Amino acid sequence: MNETVLAGEAGVGRGVPIDEAVIEVRDLRMSYGPKEVLTGVDFTAHRGEVLVLLGPNGAGKTTTIEILEGFRRRSGGAVRVLGVDPEQGAEQWRARLGVVLQSWRDHSKWKVRELLEHLGAYYSVYSTADRPRPWPVDELLEVVGLTESAGTKIARLSGGQRRRLDVAIGIVGHPELLFLDEPTVGFDPEARREFHDLVHRLTDVDETTIMLTTHDLDEAEKLADRILILSGGRIAAAGSADELSRQVSGETEIRWTRDGQRFVHSAAEATGFVRELFRQHGDAIGDLEVRRSSLEETYMKLVREAEGSAR
Amino acid sequence: MIRVVRLGLSRGLIELRQTVSSGTDLFGYFLPAVFLVIALIWMRDSTIPGTEFALGAHSLVGSMAMLIVISGLMSMMQYLTMDREDGTLLRAKATPNGMTGYLIGKIVLVAGVAVISCLFVLVPGLFLVDGLTLGADGLLVLLWLVPLAFLATMPLGAVLGALFENPRQASLMMLPIIGLTAVSGVFYPITALAGWVQGVAQVFPVYWLGLGLRSAFLPDALVAAELGGTWRHLETFGVLAAWSVAGLALAPGILRRMARRESGSAVAARRERAMTRMTV
Repeated sequence: MNETVLAGEAGVGRGVPIDEAVIEVRDLRMSYGPKEVLTGVDFTAHRGEVLVLLGPNGAGKTTTIEILEGFRRRSGGAVRVLGVDPEQGAEQWRARLGVVLQSWRDHSKWKVRELLEHLGAYYSVYSTADRPRPWPVDELLEVVGLTESAGTKIARLSGGQRRRLDVAIGIVGHPELLFLDEPTVGFDPEARREFHDLVHRLTDVDETTIMLTTHDLDEAEKLADRILILSGGRIAAAGSADELSRQVSGETEIRWTRDGQRFVHSAAEATGFVRELFRQHGDAIGDLEVRRSSLEETYMKLVREAEGSAR
Repeated sequence: MIRVVRLGLSRGLIELRQTVSSGTDLFGYFLPAVFLVIALIWMRDSTIPGTEFALGAHSLVGSMAMLIVISGLMSMMQYLTMDREDGTLLRAKATPNGMTGYLIGKIVLVAGVAVISCLFVLVPGLFLVDGLTLGADGLLVLLWLVPLAFLATMPLGAVLGALFENPRQASLMMLPIIGLTAVSGVFYPITALAGWVQGVAQVFPVYWLGLGLRSAFLPDALVAAELGGTWRHLETFGVLAAWSVAGLALAPGILRRMARRESGSAVAARRERAMTRMTV
């Protein structure tokens, strides 16, 4: 398998070995004039992982992503994306990335299929045995649910359709790494659900690594293998939603009823508390509910902590 | 590389097809023809000074020089600023070899638009003026002259497009270009203008392109109405080539700088500014 891949054009699209980092960021710094936006960001992304970048507005999410995409020069630190420094990234490196930005209004006079076919054609020479490029347009239209709009002028698409087209363009080159900047803004619940299925398909079937930003914590919890919380110019916390909530020394909330009365209690160690509860009251306990703090609570707490320590 | 050139060509042809199937765009190409027809009817009894030859033919050919220069400079500039504002350029940047394909596509589009605009004035003009000829010699002149004119104008148009912040600013360039056209003898022989104006006009490509086109489309006897009484092909080639070299020397660096600065937040910020301008 590997040999057929290497027989292609030298160095093009040689997949990143399974355990090698797809993104490696060390002490990334960025300042605009005297204003420091990133003050030392560190993280790593592995193949097939979904990384979700969360953070308040102005925390530097877009800046971080733009540096990784090779669209912006960093002020300091070491960055490697697919084994290459984005500032030195050549066209063959570019061919292995997919980019979906917050707002595209481009190519409004083109038709959907026309544009996908045109842009896809740029990727054909970068095709490899394990990653045929480009993604066949019919299949792609099907995947993003735009088959019926194939002949529509892009200017006439609805907001949600336009967004799905942006995603289609982002993956037309069958990327190894896909950047998504707030991909589901303006999606109705059904479109959002379909988009989540697409993300799972990309990571499960094609081992695409995905880095996305969102303000939707529910979405972050659903999609992320790992969540990075960017605050105060650095990664304030990282981990799965579950790990994060533990990190916040999560008081778990326990609710129950006894003798028709409702009770609420917060405990650091929920299992022990519940065991004790049943030992004391046994069958009298009803409607038991144990809730670890939600991602939203965790997030708010982490961001507040990070902002506090930055001051 | 050949593959990218082919992609650029197909890109240009697709956009050319889009523009000729857009009513607004077609109207824009058609409008100069309407003005020209009115002018030709107005001046149907005038002759080129010192000859018995109708002035209309001179003006018709001159207007094509103007259209080619306006396409090469203005259209190129407008397309670039517009595409930067709506993110088309950033899309090209995000695609492997996309920038090269984009630029080739724009060259094809601008050249196509220039030819279409010229045909729009040439075809009705043929019915209104006498004396237009296009022999084998003339055709040969067009074969080097028109590509050279594109080469002299498009890279400069691209440079200006990269320097202007947005399409609204870029449209200010229309004024100097019209002014330049007015002194370049495209509608009325330059010999009628003051000596120093003639000197200024001969620095810029419009005059030379007009002269070259006249040498191709007008009878040889009319050379008498030109400066120095010759078609000056060598000088035409020299001046246009000098502009080409200047443009080609400037363009890559400036375009690269423009491309480097493109990013999602740059497009978003530009959009924001455009929106506030609209609502204020």
